[in-house]
Amino acid sequence: MAEMKNPEETTKTLSRRDLIKGVIAAGAVSSAGYLFRASGVRAQQPSAAGSVERLVTITVNGQQRRVDVMKQETLATTLRYKLGLTGTKLGCDRAECGACTVLIDDVPHYSCSVLTQSVRARKVVSIEGLASADGKLHPMQQGVVEEQGFQCAFCMSGFIMSAVGFLKVNPKPTRTELAHGISGNLCRCQDYDKILTALLKGAENMRRA
Amino acid sequence: MAVIRDVMPAFELFQPATTDDALALLAKYGSDAWVLAGGLDSFDWLKDRIKRPKVVVDMSQASGLRGIKEVNGGLEIGAMTTLTEVVRHPLVKEHFSLLAEGAELAASPQIRNQGTIGGNVSQDTRCWYYRSGWKCYRAGGNICFADTPTAINREHAILDADRCVAVNPSDSAPALIALDAQMVIRGPGGERVVNAQDYFVGPDINIMRMTVLKPNELLTAIRIPGTWGGAKFYFEKIRDRQVWDFPLVNVAAAMKVSGGKIDQIRIAVNGVAARPLRLTAVESAVIGKPADAATGEMAGKIAIQGAVALRFNAYKIPLLRNLVKRAIGGVQEAAWKS
Repeated sequence: MAEMKNPEETTKTLSRRDLIKGVIAAGAVSSAGYLFRASGVRAQQPSAAGSVERLVTITVNGQQRRVDVMKQETLATTLRYKLGLTGTKLGCDRAECGACTVLIDDVPHYSCSVLTQSVRARKVVSIEGLASADGKLHPMQQGVVEEQGFQCAFCMSGFIMSAVGFLKVNPKPTRTELAHGISGNLCRCQDYDKILTALLKGAENMRRA
Repeated sequence: MAVIRDVMPAFELFQPATTDDALALLAKYGSDAWVLAGGLDSFDWLKDRIKRPKVVVDMSQASGLRGIKEVNGGLEIGAMTTLTEVVRHPLVKEHFSLLAEGAELAASPQIRNQGTIGGNVSQDTRCWYYRSGWKCYRAGGNICFADTPTAINREHAILDADRCVAVNPSDSAPALIALDAQMVIRGPGGERVVNAQDYFVGPDINIMRMTVLKPNELLTAIRIPGTWGGAKFYFEKIRDRQVWDFPLVNVAAAMKVSGGKIDQIRIAVNGVAARPLRLTAVESAVIGKPADAATGEMAGKIAIQGAVALRFNAYKIPLLRNLVKRAIGGVQEAAWKS
């Protein structure tokens, strides 16, 4: 790590979120360096059918990301703590709340219950991958902003990913159909009515875009 | 259920591309190995540190086990086919909508997108004493914690309990039994095929397992014969919440009616015993009778014969009776509409 700056100066220039992401990135670099050094030895060992390597390349939000993952690591852990994509939230970690929902090959999955090793050949999209590169919000996100869809919004990224995934199958759902489509997500603020209104607005935006 | 916000304990992971590779791994690692399909049942065990396998054999890369094909007017569904794929498949919807209904009512959209039909029928019981790691009969001990005077057992068994009072939680299983499905199992000795109703075992046969699947075997496919294609179907699931929850009781029925009389019928229920039950006594009693409310009334009474309530699950007895009654009457109502 670089030499420590005056703490006051650091807080002035860095937001808390940037600081956390920086620390995660620094950790990923140092652990990856350790593996690159060892990889020459590992490659020479004969591998049993179906054995897996720790250093994998996964496609996240359109980018190829090389990352060091443990065998037992879930996708949510990799996204949040290895790749710094903290928009994906961990609520229950038991496939019950939906806060960690991401799209894998356009299908919504609970990323807390997917092994990162099993998505190597697949396309992962998290909430960070929705907005365009110039920062313009995805029509679904815009709909949520317009309708003020969430209270605390911890569950928001999961709801948005569920809705975007569902709309790929049913682009023009009724309120009831959309409610069924996003029924795998929970909101502790019990804000479901506003959430549905906002997501329907987002769906409308998507059809117009 | 403790929530531990940390990664699972370490295990060696294999992702074999074929059933043969997977079977070789199971043979090599024996009781150290754990078979992972969709993972929705497995990860709870692993995250809670109740089960600590050294080796996990993840079947997600075995593409040959995924997909649905038409065989002799019936269907063969790969064990790794997701519930969503089963629900949306045109042939399932057209000819065997009973299975589509059962699979659609399981869990939540994200779980159905990942959970497999093979995993859904092979999943372990949800008795929380057992899943919390209490050393009960099912875990190799000599007590049932759910059947003590102070036990909380609202979701437990009313039929066929033998020491263990856990229930099978699958929604697709009764539908498959009602469709006369067959389970294709591969093991070191080759392939064997068992009828869906014989795939499941109660505690009287093996108190530590839910199915006939041995640790070195894999369920590779489920075959549905054309026999019941296009029959009158009825599926109903009762649960506390309309998403996620396992059934308190569910019922699946397939019926052929001619001249107002029941010609042939299959009816199966789940959530009431350690295995999904085909109600053969009900079937033989209603054949030749009109598919109406009076027959349903009689069928319901037969279904609950021998039911024994625990402290908190007596409600399941009238619930089972009424579901069976509606399965007979409901099919009749559908017939009147068409």
